[in-house]
Amino acid sequence: MKIAVCVKQVPDATAAKRIDPETKRLDRSGEAALNATDLNAVEEAIRLKEAQGGEVVLVSLGPERALESLRKALAMGADRAVLVADEAAAGSDLVATSRILAAALEREQADLVLFGQASSDGDGAVLWAAVADRLRRPLISQVAALTTDGSTVTGKRQTEHGYDTISAPLPAVVAVSDAINEPRYPSLKGIMGAKSKPQETLSLADLGVDAAEAGEAGSRTTVLALGPPPARGESLKIEDDGSAAQKILDYLVERRLL
Amino acid sequence: MDLELTPEQRAIQTLAREVAEAEIAPHAGAWDREHRFPDELYPKLAELGLLGVCVPEEYGGAGGDFLSYVLVLEELSRADAGVGVTVAVHTSAATLPILAFGTEEQRARFVPPLARGEQLGAFALTEPGSGSDAGSLRTSAARDGDGWVLNGAKQWITNGSRAGTFVLFARTDPTTAGARGISCFVLDAEHVRITREEEKLGLNSSTTSDLVLEGARVERDRLLHEEGRGFTVAMATLDGGRIGIAAQAVGIAQAAFDVASRYAREREQFGRRIGDFQAIQTKLANMAVEIDAARLLTYRAAWLKQEGRPHAVEGAKAKLFASEMARRQTAEAIQVLGGYGYTKEFPVERYYRDAKITEIYEGTSEIQRLVIARSILGRGLREDRVTAAPRSS
Ligand SMILES: Cc1cc2nc3c(=O)[nH]c(=O)nc-3n(C[C@H](O)[C@H](O)[C@H](O)COP(=O)(O)OP(=O)(O)OC[C@H]3O[C@@H](n4cnc5c(N)ncnc54)[C@H](O)[C@@H]3O)c2cc1C
Ligand SMILES: Cc1cc2nc3c(=O)[nH]c(=O)nc-3n(C[C@H](O)[C@H](O)[C@H](O)COP(=O)(O)OP(=O)(O)OC[C@H]3O[C@@H](n4cnc5c(N)ncnc54)[C@H](O)[C@@H]3O)c2cc1C
Repeated sequence: MKIAVCVKQVPDATAAKRIDPETKRLDRSGEAALNATDLNAVEEAIRLKEAQGGEVVLVSLGPERALESLRKALAMGADRAVLVADEAAAGSDLVATSRILAAALEREQADLVLFGQASSDGDGAVLWAAVADRLRRPLISQVAALTTDGSTVTGKRQTEHGYDTISAPLPAVVAVSDAINEPRYPSLKGIMGAKSKPQETLSLADLGVDAAEAGEAGSRTTVLALGPPPARGESLKIEDDGSAAQKILDYLVERRLL
Repeated sequence: MDLELTPEQRAIQTLAREVAEAEIAPHAGAWDREHRFPDELYPKLAELGLLGVCVPEEYGGAGGDFLSYVLVLEELSRADAGVGVTVAVHTSAATLPILAFGTEEQRARFVPPLARGEQLGAFALTEPGSGSDAGSLRTSAARDGDGWVLNGAKQWITNGSRAGTFVLFARTDPTTAGARGISCFVLDAEHVRITREEEKLGLNSSTTSDLVLEGARVERDRLLHEEGRGFTVAMATLDGGRIGIAAQAVGIAQAAFDVASRYAREREQFGRRIGDFQAIQTKLANMAVEIDAARLLTYRAAWLKQEGRPHAVEGAKAKLFASEMARRQTAEAIQVLGGYGYTKEFPVERYYRDAKITEIYEGTSEIQRLVIARSILGRGLREDRVTAAPRSS
């Protein structure tokens, strides 16, 4: 089975995030890492490959330096990486990003496309829906357990009220949550071997995507203004004299939060 | 000049950091208090290749360079210096000398189980009566047919109670009192008997054992390097090993700095964060500079070694500066935290206790200064006894 995993390089979790007020884009110059939930997707893909054979391909849109983050997933056990890096793609919104990723995925023709549920920087949690729509493929999101028999994929979808178990015929798109597995550490041998695995860098032209359909030009949304989050509203300070737990409970119940 | 780590070095550093933060740091305080060697940790490190970082793949290692290994030691020591010394002795004091001085048959036989982490290695040089003056060691290896029979006692052997392979030094020529009568042997756990576990100021998650040899018989296949040339093995091993101890010191100091700088941002006195006081700012600035300086000395020495260039003096400089820096700056970190720093509520008192040893093993600071001074003033200045001394374990 051929599995494509869409992964994104994001600012390192420990680094303070900054949005450039000029461009209204996220400052991506600092320490970077692979988006945490995408590692769950990579782990799941590697497990499927280990159990059933096949190939795991990483697909990413991002700057050239994203290759360093992709290498971590290669070190974990993915077979090769495809990075779409093109100046003209900078500033892409969801619509433009999904168009480019869909084009890269069309080229791969994978049986299963895995996504992380949400990125830690954009936090849209929608890209997989847009991509599935463009590819005209069924989608299961928020998946906490996944099985496949090679012709269908079954996902246990986490919801507020429990789990839905959903099956879809392959080829399909699945977005996984961080509950699905514990990503492995890459081994040192994996790290040393990652460099020699195939890593392709593609331009928009390579994918046949018109530059006018990418980046800011191809986006349907514009960030107009940025502001700090509103100050925290009413708060209650409880000194613990032994009854704090009860007071917190009462407070939450009173506001129908529990 | 290029001070950028390679992508592999960065990835290995990140891996070591992630593993240290998830699997080691959360337990380090308890291991210290309970004086517990974390037996369960080493199979995990082994599986990831962290017990054979700079050993070539054909001998079961990960095939990384020496700087990668130094980066790993720094990160492990940042979480727990006891784990740092365990891995340091296992790798650079036990595995690397076999690789460097062993015959092809010895390398193929002894190195893979160590590099794959199936067993730990130890380095047994020090004896009750011979420390800095390692050339005066008295453990004997008496000729017996084609082999030797070993008798004697070794002291403070890191990993002693856990090791499966020992690189051990004994006197094969009883007629020579100095370094020239010494040979090096590769022994199994069965050849030695552990007699005592040391109580220490720090490094409580590592094991430091006394052992005896009671008529252990070995054949020629366990002689490492030439007969009578064991001291060369010991010295070359320690030249590299010191770079690892420098990295350990940098890791400990970095950990102390991390806690102190965070604390300075949070703790308030006189209505201000203590980090707003210039006295605290000075401490943090000095710490940051000294840690950086030590790290650069350490990386330079590691780079020289992996380039196959002379590194004994640079390694001594790195170890000397990094260890004294770590002792100084872990004390400063306690000062930044005030009374809290002196309590077990924060880990800085552990860092302070752990840092001290780096000024002692793999050659005391006094001995490092001798090595450095000798490189300045020339070899003619010392007598034979001190020749041996400057590079002891
Ligand atoms: C301040 C600001 C405001 C923004 N507002 C909007 C807005 O209102 N509307 C809008 O459309 N865009 C907006 N954007 C742009 C948006 O962040 C990007 O379009 C981004 O591509 C959306 O993806 P996400 O990270 O939110 O994706 P998510 O949907 O959270 O990502 C889910 C998964 O998709 C995959 N994925 C995500 N990105 C990539 C990638 N580049 N390559 C490969 N796989 C990937 C990963 O598996 C990820 O886990 C804004 C950006 C900024 C900086
Ligand atoms: C926790 C721990 C782990 C250890 N692990 C190992 C191990 O795995 N394997 C191993 O073989 N050994 C090990 N050792 C031993 C360690 O290497 C020795 O302690 C060290 O070499 C110093 O020797 P010594 O303690 O006998 O001190 P001594 O040599 O007795 O030194 C006492 C003092 O005299 C000074 N001094 C000595 N000679 C000179 C000189 N010529 N000029 C100036 N000053 C001098 C020293 O610097 C020191 O200040 C370990 C020790 C400890 C505490």
